[in-house]
Amino acid sequence: MNWDWSVVDAFMPRFWDGVLVTLQALFWGCLIAFTLGLVWAVAQRSPQKWISWPVTAITEFIRNTPLLVQLFFLFYVVPEWGPSMSPLTTGVIGLGLHYSTYTSEVYRSGIDAVPVGQWEAATALSLPRGHTWRAVILPQAIRRVIPALGNYVVSMLKDSPIIFAIGALEMLGEARGFSNETFTIEAYVVVGVAFLVIAYPASLLLRALERRLVQ
Amino acid sequence: MSSDTNTTNDAVNPAVDSNELIRFDKVVKRFGDNVVLDHLDFSVDSGKHVTLIGPSGSGKTTILRLLMTLLKPDEGTIKVGGQYLTHEEKNGKLVPAGEKHVRDVRKNIGMVFQQFNLFPNMKVLRNITEAPVQVLGLSKDEADQRARELLELVGLTEHIDKYPTQLSGGQQQRVAIARALAMRPQVLLLDEVTSALDPELVAGVLDVLRDIAHTTDITMLCVTHEMNFARDISDQVLMFDAGRVIESGAPEKIFGDPDHQRTREFLSAVL
Repeated sequence: MNWDWSVVDAFMPRFWDGVLVTLQALFWGCLIAFTLGLVWAVAQRSPQKWISWPVTAITEFIRNTPLLVQLFFLFYVVPEWGPSMSPLTTGVIGLGLHYSTYTSEVYRSGIDAVPVGQWEAATALSLPRGHTWRAVILPQAIRRVIPALGNYVVSMLKDSPIIFAIGALEMLGEARGFSNETFTIEAYVVVGVAFLVIAYPASLLLRALERRLVQ
Repeated sequence: MSSDTNTTNDAVNPAVDSNELIRFDKVVKRFGDNVVLDHLDFSVDSGKHVTLIGPSGSGKTTILRLLMTLLKPDEGTIKVGGQYLTHEEKNGKLVPAGEKHVRDVRKNIGMVFQQFNLFPNMKVLRNITEAPVQVLGLSKDEADQRARELLELVGLTEHIDKYPTQLSGGQQQRVAIARALAMRPQVLLLDEVTSALDPELVAGVLDVLRDIAHTTDITMLCVTHEMNFARDISDQVLMFDAGRVIESGAPEKIFGDPDHQRTREFLSAVL
């Protein structure tokens, strides 16, 4: 195989476009996953069955169907009767929704790890339930699970090329487009290295964070 | 306190003593097949310090947890300050109480736990001010002022800006006492508050409680294995066995000359 740096050079403008889309998908996807996951986790703890039961059903359903199927559903089926969204927006929602069902499990384990004595103390002080969640339980639970949540940032980064399947031109999409047009392969290597360059420091950062938080 | 004005037109028990603050009426609590409280009747008068003693599993802690609404009775009723705790009267019938009713009655009760249960994410000051601000609607300044007074009472003024984990067990427990008192409860429930402490830290906590017992008119209901402390602060000692009060009386009587063989056996084992 002949490695040609000039091909790499030529790919760069589109590569950066792809990086931008990948990072956008990652950022917004994480935001949705982390927020919605928390909502699921708290809702599943609701004493009201009509809240906890549907939430459990929805999250189980999403977690046990493939992300790719969900993306196709959001992109091709939903517009039949609902809003039609750009590939990137659809991808962000798909990634966020899918991963929220995993982060909700992470939050759940963090919430379970808060000693029952904390709930009892809050009851003994008559703190309202919502306030107990906000001021007592979640601050303790979230601190415990930040490292585990961080792992999902890396997982999501690595899963992000899947949104290329619905036409969002993230890094891999740009590489494929470029390679097909130029009959070269260098762009794929560049993208592979780029994922490593982003993911590896991120995981080191997470380990450092874990050491600081779990003392 | 306002509870002194409660009405005595109680249909179930017309001869209610107006000084009575807590009443258990045929309370049954089961855990599975295990009957922990068996049609328990007892009452505590306002301002009294009552100690519950007895072997483990005899239901002492269950009584405190029922009062704190951490558990629900399977049968029977509990009244605090003349009001039903877990029931309310609607159209002359007793129905399970709504959240608001429970909250209103429960505000009169404070509890100190064996494991302190301070909020580790809040500094000492906020541990104490959180509920007065959120539940009683005190301003931040009022709550701060109240917290400072209480920290002085428990001798921890200099630790006001620390997190609970920076304090010893004994100090944490004293903060927990201050936190409970900040709600100005009529009743303070003390659930084996020294059992989790290193021996040399027990005295400091008991001194604080003695101080509170002797200088305030708060009603105390206390589960403890510290018999000397019980003798020292109690007006009344209740001896429990198998979910029932088998003997009750002044501490001199119970510790000095108990009537019941079971009480003698228990005391000779723990003293």
